[in-house]
Amino acid sequence: MAVQSSFKNMSLCLLVICLVCSALLAGVYALTKEPIDAAAKAKNEAAIKEVLPDVAVTIEEERTVDFEGATYTYNLAYDELGNTVGCAINVAPSGFGGPISIKVGFDINGVIWNTKVLSQAETPGLGAKCVEPAFSDQFKGFDPAQKTLAVKKDGGDVDAITASTITSRAYAEGLALAAKVFDAIAQTPMPLEADVEDSAEVSGSDPVIPSEVEESIK
Amino acid sequence: MGKFQLITKGLIKENPTFVLLLGMCPTLATTTSAINGMSMGLATMFVLILSNIVISAIAAYIPDKVRIPAYIVVIATFVTLLQFIMQAYVPDIYETLGLFIPLIVVNCIVLGRAEAFANKNSIVDSALDGIGIGLGFTCSLTVLGLVREILGSGSAFGFKFIAGDGILAFVLAPGAFLALGYLIVIFRKLTSKKAE
Repeated sequence: MAVQSSFKNMSLCLLVICLVCSALLAGVYALTKEPIDAAAKAKNEAAIKEVLPDVAVTIEEERTVDFEGATYTYNLAYDELGNTVGCAINVAPSGFGGPISIKVGFDINGVIWNTKVLSQAETPGLGAKCVEPAFSDQFKGFDPAQKTLAVKKDGGDVDAITASTITSRAYAEGLALAAKVFDAIAQTPMPLEADVEDSAEVSGSDPVIPSEVEESIK
Repeated sequence: MGKFQLITKGLIKENPTFVLLLGMCPTLATTTSAINGMSMGLATMFVLILSNIVISAIAAYIPDKVRIPAYIVVIATFVTLLQFIMQAYVPDIYETLGLFIPLIVVNCIVLGRAEAFANKNSIVDSALDGIGIGLGFTCSLTVLGLVREILGSGSAFGFKFIAGDGILAFVLAPGAFLALGYLIVIFRKLTSKKAE
């Protein structure tokens, strides 16, 4: 079947195959780049909308905050009048099968509005149940200032998934971290105030939101 | 061997999962539900058909000593194409199958068919062989996924028919081995009867 192998024809053959293949890949990469980015963006935006109060109409560009040596990304959201109504923070605690990427939405008082798992590699049928409402709905309206974000086994207020303590613990830890990051964001007056100035005049309301937030957290 | 037999042999006589026992890694790992198993089977089938076609077309020009690297490059190219396409148009399935899409590159079924069939047969026969083996793999994975889903989660193709959980072990790795073992026994039993 095959050609006699010589150094020349072997290198030539592999060279040609690699060239053709990389050209093909480059072409398809260019073609699919747009839909891939669009799908990722749409997913992210849908997730933000899902974890924040319904009054949030404008989602701001992603910002970053440094907290305890790590950098976290978050989005602020505003209502029609331009008041800050919430903040969606991304955290990725280590679960049983790798990081669980969670988007945590807080309202202006630091109460968790909703959470959403963006990606996870937990065991199907066990830890993967963390995406189901049966588990995640308990965090709706969860106030980290009143209750403890830890599973009941560890003395907290979170109902763990049956036989998936590691996942549940990671989820609770991730949310506790997000709550701390939220505090850090709230204590930095700049982000929550930004971009509200123009519309604040229209609404006539007091634009100094950060101090309120700080108080409520204390 | 007739053209039709090229397809049917992949389903029964040379079923990659139950007879040849090839590609066990994705078989055990992705069959946590019928849908996941089927998606994995279809993704592999896509790569298998295209790589069989291309390899049978270029086999005559490839020097013997570098044929394996050449085949792997071809297979890896198709897998990466598939990855881009899935990521762009079916991101949900892409996420579920995750790591196992890139691992199709080293799936023994794909390289096995390139080496054992595609490089010595015509393009049409190789394509049919790819369809047959691909279908066999898809069906096996779907059946295995279905069995594990019914026993482990109490649902079939995502539709729940009992409340609560099933036997959780079947969703986990040990259940995969157990279910696969029993399915092979049943498959052997059925096919051996036929042979007699």
